[in-house]
Amino acid sequence: MIGSPDVVAFTKEEEYGQSYPDPWPLPEEFSVPLHPLADSNPWAKTSYAKFTKDFILISEFSEQVGPQPLLTIPEDPKVCGTFDLNYFSLRIMSVDYQASFVGHPPGSGYPRLSFVEDSRVVLGDSKEGAFAYVHHLTLYDLEARGFVRPFCMAYVAADEKKIMLQFQELSLRFSQASECLKAGNRRAFAKELQRKLRDLEYTHSVLQREEGLQREAGPQRMYSAHAVEKANELANVEKSIYEHRDLLKQISSYHRRPRRDPHAVACQKCMSECLSECEVLLDKYAKLSSPFSYSEKGSRGPEGQVDDQRGEEEPEEDEEEGVKRRPSYTPQLIKAKSAKCFDKRLKTLQELCDETFYEATMELLKETEKSFRGDWCYLHTRRLDKALRRKQKVANFLFEEDLGDDDEDEMGTLRPFCAVNHAIDNFVLLNPPPIVLGPEPLELDSLEPPDPASETSHTQESELGVGESHLESSPSDQTLETQESSEETKGSVSSDKSGLDQAENLQSLASTKSEAPDPYSDLTPDPDQNTDMERESSSDDMETTAGEDEDNGGDQTPVSLLEVVSELEASREDEYEGVNGSALLVPIDTACCMAQEGFLYEAPEVVPGLSQGSPPQPCQTLVVNQEPQALLPLQDDYTVGSPCSESPAAGLELPVGLLGDAVSRASLEDGSDCTMSASTGSDRAASPLGYGGMVTLRQRKKAGQGALRFVRQYPFAMQALWCLLSGRTLVVLGADEGRVRRLVAALALFVPAPGKCGERVQAWLSCPFTLTDLQRWKLIGLQRVASPVGSSMLYSLSRYSRYISILDVDQKTLRCPPYRDQLLANIADHRTYIRRGSTFFLHVQSTLCHLTAKAFLFTFTHHLHLPVSFAEGPEVVEARRRCFLHEQLGLGEEDSQILLYLSQLITQRYLQPDTGSSAAAPCFSFNYTTSVLYKI
Amino acid sequence: MLRWILGGREAQSSVEKSPVLCIGEEQPKNCFTELQVLKGHFDIVRFLVQIDDFRCASAGDDGLVLVWNVETGERLQELRGHSQQITAITTFTCNNEVTSHTSLITASSDRSLSLWDPDTGNRVQTISDLQSSVKCLLVLERLGLWLSGGEDLCVWNKDFQLQCHRQNHSDTGVTALIELPKNCIAAAMDRQIMIYRLSVSTDSSVSLAEIRCLSDHNDQIRALINVTDGLFASGSHAGELILWDAIDWNILAYEHILWEEPQPSTEIRMAAPKPSEMSIQHLSTNGQLILAAVGSGLYVYSVLTKSVMAYRKVAHDSNVLHTMLLSDSELMSCSEDGSVRMWEIQDLPLPAEPASAGFFGMWTFSRSNKQSGPPSKKVLEVPNLRMLELTGDLIGHSGAVQMFVSFREIALVTCSADHLLILWKNGERQSHLRSLALFQKLEERGGL
Repeated sequence: MIGSPDVVAFTKEEEYGQSYPDPWPLPEEFSVPLHPLADSNPWAKTSYAKFTKDFILISEFSEQVGPQPLLTIPEDPKVCGTFDLNYFSLRIMSVDYQASFVGHPPGSGYPRLSFVEDSRVVLGDSKEGAFAYVHHLTLYDLEARGFVRPFCMAYVAADEKKIMLQFQELSLRFSQASECLKAGNRRAFAKELQRKLRDLEYTHSVLQREEGLQREAGPQRMYSAHAVEKANELANVEKSIYEHRDLLKQISSYHRRPRRDPHAVACQKCMSECLSECEVLLDKYAKLSSPFSYSEKGSRGPEGQVDDQRGEEEPEEDEEEGVKRRPSYTPQLIKAKSAKCFDKRLKTLQELCDETFYEATMELLKETEKSFRGDWCYLHTRRLDKALRRKQKVANFLFEEDLGDDDEDEMGTLRPFCAVNHAIDNFVLLNPPPIVLGPEPLELDSLEPPDPASETSHTQESELGVGESHLESSPSDQTLETQESSEETKGSVSSDKSGLDQAENLQSLASTKSEAPDPYSDLTPDPDQNTDMERESSSDDMETTAGEDEDNGGDQTPVSLLEVVSELEASREDEYEGVNGSALLVPIDTACCMAQEGFLYEAPEVVPGLSQGSPPQPCQTLVVNQEPQALLPLQDDYTVGSPCSESPAAGLELPVGLLGDAVSRASLEDGSDCTMSASTGSDRAASPLGYGGMVTLRQRKKAGQGALRFVRQYPFAMQALWCLLSGRTLVVLGADEGRVRRLVAALALFVPAPGKCGERVQAWLSCPFTLTDLQRWKLIGLQRVASPVGSSMLYSLSRYSRYISILDVDQKTLRCPPYRDQLLANIADHRTYIRRGSTFFLHVQSTLCHLTAKAFLFTFTHHLHLPVSFAEGPEVVEARRRCFLHEQLGLGEEDSQILLYLSQLITQRYLQPDTGSSAAAPCFSFNYTTSVLYKI
Repeated sequence: MLRWILGGREAQSSVEKSPVLCIGEEQPKNCFTELQVLKGHFDIVRFLVQIDDFRCASAGDDGLVLVWNVETGERLQELRGHSQQITAITTFTCNNEVTSHTSLITASSDRSLSLWDPDTGNRVQTISDLQSSVKCLLVLERLGLWLSGGEDLCVWNKDFQLQCHRQNHSDTGVTALIELPKNCIAAAMDRQIMIYRLSVSTDSSVSLAEIRCLSDHNDQIRALINVTDGLFASGSHAGELILWDAIDWNILAYEHILWEEPQPSTEIRMAAPKPSEMSIQHLSTNGQLILAAVGSGLYVYSVLTKSVMAYRKVAHDSNVLHTMLLSDSELMSCSEDGSVRMWEIQDLPLPAEPASAGFFGMWTFSRSNKQSGPPSKKVLEVPNLRMLELTGDLIGHSGAVQMFVSFREIALVTCSADHLLILWKNGERQSHLRSLALFQKLEERGGL
């Protein structure tokens, strides 16, 4: 029995695994973890969803008609298909998660605004096949019940896993959108209050005047029913004024409230602006009301005097108003009773929010929608890829897309999204988010160990991360804790959720003074008024006053509620791409080309300080003013991504800075068309993303197409590519700008270390160049002109001919040193069977990736550069190096030059001082070889 | 070479260089395969001075003096103070018992003299409101004195105190100063060389006595150098090279460099035929050889045999501005045409040079020779004539290369009218150094 082959085989298999471990295991940080869902068959689960792709739904719980869908992103009705939005809205809004307190809270005479934190839940409707991340929020509306209007934003997808695994990221993105929307809403609300107050003051003055007249007319000590009614009305108006003033005060104190929600970080500048705006208003109305309240204290006798005062005050006020605000606005009388609840028209979402902020929110949501396109596998792969490339910092700069070295710096910063582009100066330093990724915390943790370099500075954070991820692994615990904490915090200022402490501390630090949440006592009305208060208030909107400062976050959430643990940064500076795109957009002349490339970009002059060595910080500071566009996005310009480098962004919520963001957005945008079906492409056809600023993957693929055509068209393409790869500046000479630019864009794929801003490429130059230009640019598009300028240009061409190779587009010739080796024959085969640009691009990328790896190996192999023993002379080392290159790597003489150049770049990069770029000028290496002229 | 660029539509001759001097792109003997462009000046850079093994100072028409680290290319100091162009710069080394400290003395057209500390960038001493601007400086380190020459000849001590002053009788003033044995000074003034004797009396007062006036040159003296302890040489605008005895100031040799007149050719000239340029722009020596930059040509004169050793009439496309003998057989020259050329003296059979007269005439833009009358044809027929072979050229500057300083294997520094300095380095050596630094850093970091 024991000899039974089955048994042996079975046990053997187990033993093999243990006793013979892989002799060359990859270091853990470089290993690619298996896809977490690898065991489940992706085709097994068919979706019954009635919508074609994921979308964002915004719904409202209308006090008139109940839950109703407001809009979807994208707005295309095809997206939802036959999916019943109404029904789904009902599902997601049927959670009355706020339990708003109606009426006056005890101990306070005034209606209170409820400051409700957002809540985040994942809801599912398995019957419909729809799952949603739902973000509930409330907006203020003076006319609404309790002054609040509940809304929700939902990310609806067919795949539950996708939502669960992307929860953090979704939560972050939606929190930003929500904060933005709420900020805009507060502004709109304050404005509305102001208008209302003005109306009330006006009504009050009119009533007073009427009453005074009546009293004069009527007999003394006789109160007609009419007079009593007037007096009541007056009292109601007064009460109403108080209430509204108090509301204004409340709304202006909004910012001082400690936030429990770690994601709720708003732009400090916006906040303080809004705050000061409110304070101005408050001051104004406080001043106005002082005579008013004074009059209340006194008997009715000096009413006339008061009237006089009013009379004096009002024109002044009007003047002030006239100067300050809309001069056309005339205060209106407010009727005692306003329309019934169901008669009035509720404001739309757009009206509830300041326009700028609304637009920004919509942009943000659109961006979010875009960034989550693709299925979970795709998103996961991209994230893995990014995480892996982050490990290989030494040689990545050569051909890979830049991930931004600023990551470490950015790690600790929490940058709020700001609709009006208050840029960088409002950083809040926070711990970076721990990486929490649903069910596989361990695996993903291993994916993201802190970088050795950053380890010291971020130990704390990594600890935190680990801790949190353990917590996170059981979502139900989390929910419990959330509930507890929300109960705890009901009346108190601070919550003691471990993860949030710091956020709060900082938050409260950031806000100028933290006030107690109940600062209203100073405005308690006089006793006289309290009696009045007993009466029914004069206007309907006053009747329903709102709730306690309380939220009971997860109490009734049905499916699963993952409370957000991590604090996150991330600002999606949407604005800038538009601006920067349009600034540098260069349309090609369609006549002369095959419309392969959409737009070509102009690589702008590079600020020396921005050159590749410089740390990200200076760039950041350049951005401070309102137009970060000009300089900044170039950082990531023209980087060349690896095949799988669709990369970043959605990633592990690694805080991507401004720059990183740019890339990520760009690449996300593009990445989607890798996996998504063709139908998704349509709405992005004319995407104006980032032209000029950065080159998207999409553009790079276009460039791949151009490169493919170049390779197929020119038999000497190999020589041209060799020039670029071996560091010899290639000048593309031609009379037709479009043609030259296209070719430069295509060839730029092959420029090693093109720099963050693509500073090594000059797409179009129409003046003679100098040596420094050659040093700076590795690929130059040069205009051929037949004029005196042209001759001086030709002079510079011939003068510096030893440093350059010249590709003449018009005559189809190439003048460069001869190249006879085989390495590039692989990518520059003009009989290639590759037909598609993107395929060729991937092919090129893999070749370049190989080259990079070889160069890395060569650079860091000690004995190839330095003697092993003292006895060895430089010749021995030299011989060893040659042997390595020729025999071990199998490279010819010319191929070795590529490797030597790449190695030199790596060395120079590695030696760059960590802080700041060195004062020394860059080196320019060359060699003296004869050139030959290649013709077609 | 350009034909293909121009597409055969234009004439190439105006751009193309002389075929004789075009070495081509294959230069196996040229080890300068890496360069660094140093920016900082904003006008013509005329002077380079070596401070120590790795530092040099550059000065030019913008009145700035910049101190550079030649190894790294870093700018170490920026010495600001002169309001006008620098006319002369020299180093001044004070030797204490323990250390020696090198300072810089500069003279400017703003009629001031300054002493700088290149370590700190401080202006240690300054004298302004001189009666005339100083054209040349000479430091006598042995005596702790230095001289400034211009319209006046002044002697200063190291504390910038005027020791002695001598008015000049010549219009042009002193253009060059060299030190001779026995406390003597030779000063070039127009066509004459004046010999002065410096006497330091017991109370350390200094007096300057005129001893002799050598007026054997027929034209303005352009260059004056010490060859050995007992010899000095002078060159004039008319191409006269005179070798003098430094002790008794007699003429040891007189060489009148006269290139043969170019043959009229059938080509269309840009201008009327000019007499060839014979001005001696610069002299350099290593004790055995004297290298003279004559017009756009080079001329190697052997001191031992007192004869021409090698020459090249058209070494550059334009006037040669500075020359240097690197060794007994290697030399280097720079020119107004923006290039630096490296030459080797090789034993080659005659004829030394196939003269291409047409180009020669075309590329000579310097002012016409003052000498009246047709120059006598003198053929340089010397039995052991050798050949100057071009071994490499450095092209980078877009303006005239004014001067260069060699730091041996570290680098060659060139300065130019295009406001730039270029450090030319040996790429292989640099690569090796970088590798060293890389592994050092790797070790410091303890890994990648």
